[in-house]
Amino acid sequence: MNKRDFLKDAILFFPAAATLQALASDASATADATATAGATPNDYDATRHWYGMGVDINKCIGCNRCVEACKAENDVPEEPFFFRTWIERYRIHENGETTVECISSKPRPPEQTEQAEPVDPTVVRTFFVPKLCNQCAHPPCVQVCPVGATFQTEDGVVLVNSQTCIGCRYCIQACPYGARYLNPRTRTADKCTFCYHRITEGLLPACVEVCPTEARIFGDLKGQADRLVRFHRLNKINVLKEDLNTEPKVLYANMDGEVR
Amino acid sequence: MSAIPESLLEQLGQQLQQVQGFIYPNEVETQWAILIVVYPYITGIVAGAFILASMVKVFNVVEVQPIYRLALLTALAFMLVAGMPLQLHLGHPERAYEIFMTPQPTSAMAMFGFVYLWYLLGILLIEIWFEYRAQMILMAREAKGLMKGVYGALSLFSRDLSPEALAFDKKASKFVTIIGIPSAFLLHGYVGFIFGSVKANPWWGSVLMPIVFLMSAIVSGIAMVMFIYILLSLLRNEKLDMVCLDKIGLFLLVAIIVDFSLEALDYIHRLYQSEESIGILTELVSAKLFTSLVVVQLLLGMLLPLVILVLVRTVRFNEELRKLLYFTSSLLILLGIFSMRWNVVIGGQLYSKSFRGLMAYKMEITGIESLAMALFLLALPFIFLAVLLWLLPPRWMERHAAQIPEEAYPAANLVGRT
Repeated sequence: MNKRDFLKDAILFFPAAATLQALASDASATADATATAGATPNDYDATRHWYGMGVDINKCIGCNRCVEACKAENDVPEEPFFFRTWIERYRIHENGETTVECISSKPRPPEQTEQAEPVDPTVVRTFFVPKLCNQCAHPPCVQVCPVGATFQTEDGVVLVNSQTCIGCRYCIQACPYGARYLNPRTRTADKCTFCYHRITEGLLPACVEVCPTEARIFGDLKGQADRLVRFHRLNKINVLKEDLNTEPKVLYANMDGEVR
Repeated sequence: MSAIPESLLEQLGQQLQQVQGFIYPNEVETQWAILIVVYPYITGIVAGAFILASMVKVFNVVEVQPIYRLALLTALAFMLVAGMPLQLHLGHPERAYEIFMTPQPTSAMAMFGFVYLWYLLGILLIEIWFEYRAQMILMAREAKGLMKGVYGALSLFSRDLSPEALAFDKKASKFVTIIGIPSAFLLHGYVGFIFGSVKANPWWGSVLMPIVFLMSAIVSGIAMVMFIYILLSLLRNEKLDMVCLDKIGLFLLVAIIVDFSLEALDYIHRLYQSEESIGILTELVSAKLFTSLVVVQLLLGMLLPLVILVLVRTVRFNEELRKLLYFTSSLLILLGIFSMRWNVVIGGQLYSKSFRGLMAYKMEITGIESLAMALFLLALPFIFLAVLLWLLPPRWMERHAAQIPEEAYPAANLVGRT
């Protein structure tokens, strides 16, 4: 490139870059405005949302990042007895038997992650299933809470008020999915909130945010062009323990009948 | 926010090691432990003892009149303890009042406070007060010093011993008993409903659960009164009223047969329907509950006393042997019903809701949710009963019958009966 060409290009480049930058900052300002509109309590209209989550079992690689992110984000005790979300590994054997294990109970030390497990030749199929509170539309936990400390928000999320929960554990018994535990620090019931503090700010739940394969899709079932609505349309969807009529809002795609 | 107690982590670690198969990770912890076994056991005894007492008032079964007051005081002694295991078990006992302040109408548990209070204040205390009013007035007259004030206060400073007043006592007491029977049914049927309505847990979720709880409550209440009646006579070296004891034995026999039939129906129904959960429930019974369910609850706690009670009715044993057999069977039944509560409460938490694995429960020896606390709570009603028997002796009227118009007061009619 000679001097003349360089100067000609530079004359064109700088205004173009400035224009582009102006456009970009304008766009992000609009985006910010949209996001903060959701954040201000006065503007956030819970009745306009109905949150849910989609899980594509074919996409989950069992990396446990969601579990770690959840524990960090929500201050869930590290010990392997308390989970808001966890990953199960299913192995279907030649003879039709199924073995299941929770791979989140014992996080593998980093030095061992490189080593592959010996291959079991009898396994014909294997897959991972992320589990979490199903944020049921008909939550049995809410029904049984004696003091109304567990409740359903207008946007469809089941929450626990740790200030009024008496720690009777009836909700833990009533949950068919094992999604609740008694937080040993607060001595109150605890569970997945869909990261309610994040979603009402326009952010994604921590587990969805960190998932490297987009196995988890968070969305609003009332949204017109929402990703979750699209996920629902494009996949064959199942929910856990449908016969209990709890109407879960965690929707599973590509789920095997063995999953309970 | 406090730290996690080391003892809890240790317990959970041990329970985790004993997990068989797959369970959801949050299921390692046994949410309702030994105190929640004690709670329906005690409540059942309250309901059962009251129903036995009401046989006298409502159904005019005069044979059991000698234990009428004992049964009422037994019900009260156990009732005073009934709420304690629940209170102690809460993660936040200091917030228990929330159940009264902000009760959730859809919650079976929320109604507990109200049913409990109704039964204690609306039924039991009122019935005992009317039953003992005349006696308390007379005792206040005789007592000296502090006790004079105590009896005066207990009788709410009433002084009227006119035949009309005594007749009213009798009428009021009968009226309260009539309301008391459905209330006693409610008290324990409701406890059964707390478990029976949990659809997430097929071991609990059965429409028969409230009725099974109720019948087993009646069995345990009758057995407890029988046990205490015999025990007191041994301690005081008093003669037992064998007519009364035989009648209690008959009620006990009938109650056991009904209870056994209901429980058998429940199991047969489950086995025959053979739903998804049947595999894991069969495993649960054979691997985890064989001793406590088949051996203790069924064989020792139900069939053996059933055989004994049938034998007592068919073979004419002498009094001493009958007393011994009644005493043995009441103890066996009390053990069996405790085991039944254990099998329901703990059993329902020993298998995973994934139906793929079994958990373990390792009971702590000391602490709040522990064996020591359970034993203390089970002993406490006997201490309360001892105090109540000392404060309000059931036979006092018989000894002071001369002071009260005989035709007006039922207890006075019984002088010389025993």
